[in-house]
Amino acid sequence: MDVIIESLPQYWDGFLRTLFLAAVSGIIALVVGTLLAAARVSPVAALRGFSMAYVEVVRNTPLTIAFFFAAVVLPRLGVTFQQFEIAAIIALSAYTSAFIAEAVRSGVNSVPIGQAEAARSIGMKFGQVLSLIILPQALRTVVPPLINILIALVKNSSVAGAFFVLELFGYGKQLANDHGDAVMWVLVGVAFFYLLITVPLGYLAHQVERKVAIAR
Amino acid sequence: MFARFILMTTQLPGDALVSLNAVNKHYGQLHVLKDINLQVRKGEVVVVIGPSGSGKSTLCRAINRLETIDDGDIAIDGKQLPAEGKELARLRADVGMVFQSFNLFAHKTILENVTLGPIKVKGVSKAEADKEAMALLERVGVGHQAPKLPAQLSGGQQQRVAIARALAMKPKVMLFDEPTSALDPEMINEVLDVMIQLAKEGMTMIVVTHEMGFARKAADRVVFMADGQIVEDATPEEFFTNPQSSRAKDFLSKLLTH
Repeated sequence: MDVIIESLPQYWDGFLRTLFLAAVSGIIALVVGTLLAAARVSPVAALRGFSMAYVEVVRNTPLTIAFFFAAVVLPRLGVTFQQFEIAAIIALSAYTSAFIAEAVRSGVNSVPIGQAEAARSIGMKFGQVLSLIILPQALRTVVPPLINILIALVKNSSVAGAFFVLELFGYGKQLANDHGDAVMWVLVGVAFFYLLITVPLGYLAHQVERKVAIAR
Repeated sequence: MFARFILMTTQLPGDALVSLNAVNKHYGQLHVLKDINLQVRKGEVVVVIGPSGSGKSTLCRAINRLETIDDGDIAIDGKQLPAEGKELARLRADVGMVFQSFNLFAHKTILENVTLGPIKVKGVSKAEADKEAMALLERVGVGHQAPKLPAQLSGGQQQRVAIARALAMKPKVMLFDEPTSALDPEMINEVLDVMIQLAKEGMTMIVVTHEMGFARKAADRVVFMADGQIVEDATPEEFFTNPQSSRAKDFLSKLLTH
């Protein structure tokens, strides 16, 4: 137990860094994922094809591969980073956006076709139909799955710890090395701080779900 | 029947607000629209009737290209219906559409449902759009429902809002695709009354319906469809008292026995 109290500053720093990684990657992934979903339902075949290929490839390969690409392959191609955090953010948002795209797409499909027909019949263009009528309704129905994806993102960010990024899991590794006699308590501490992010997220999902439900 | 048919199609093209020429459509093997020719003049109220599966809804939806057609052409006010894109959106704004299932925007208030088109498509200011929308909602008798969401209204009220939403775009022609088929009997009349009023005010209307009372009262012409073809095209008086084809006679006899 004492090791947790003693190492609170490290835990706290790791907690903030994990929160930062997850928040930044989460926002990027939400934007990119929604764009991918929009491309997937667009009338342009090339956009649909690109979106489908991206989602299928990224969703079906391990996150570690995405990290290797961002941390090892990209620098070889001339894209270098001052900090590994940037590579971690690229990997996490690229990976998560594929899941977001699928969730948003299923939300789009859950909006009755009549909504789009009514919007088109008053003269709206494709972009307006999507942004004013379909997405606002679709996003409400996908809030719970989206928050699930974000919870997974928070936990996935621990992979960054294995790629020299000092976040919660990275600190956990260090602390475990330094306190070989109290590894279990070190890990309990790590788990606690992850729960500090993920449990409120789940609670938020529940609240938002109740608030934004639309009656038909 | 054929003489009358030819008479209708030989109208001057410039005369027609909506003009369908040799329109064909297939769903796979099924030939749903067979060589459809139909001209609707400004101010005319045309009621399209016929048994289920006769293609009347498809015809109605094809006029603002919610359904594509295989060949033939459709023109609104002399302009060919474009295939896709901005031009089509612009033309659709001139064609009001009322659906069987209302299709009010579920996440928008009643007022927003009516103002969204004018504001986003026509660039009308919000204050102006609100004013016109309230006037329209009053006209169809649901003004006091303006701040509510669609799901809080009855079917009849929702459909009247849908009519107001279409009217807000100041369309040249209104299409009604079975507007009362999803309504409880006691709500049908409140919608039909609004439509009859609209017809009296001179709106050009194409109405797909099973309401024969509406056809008798408000229609200038009745178009009878069966198996994807226009079988008869006559005044309501002629059609109901003296149908020419056996298909129409059969259809009417089934209606009247109930």
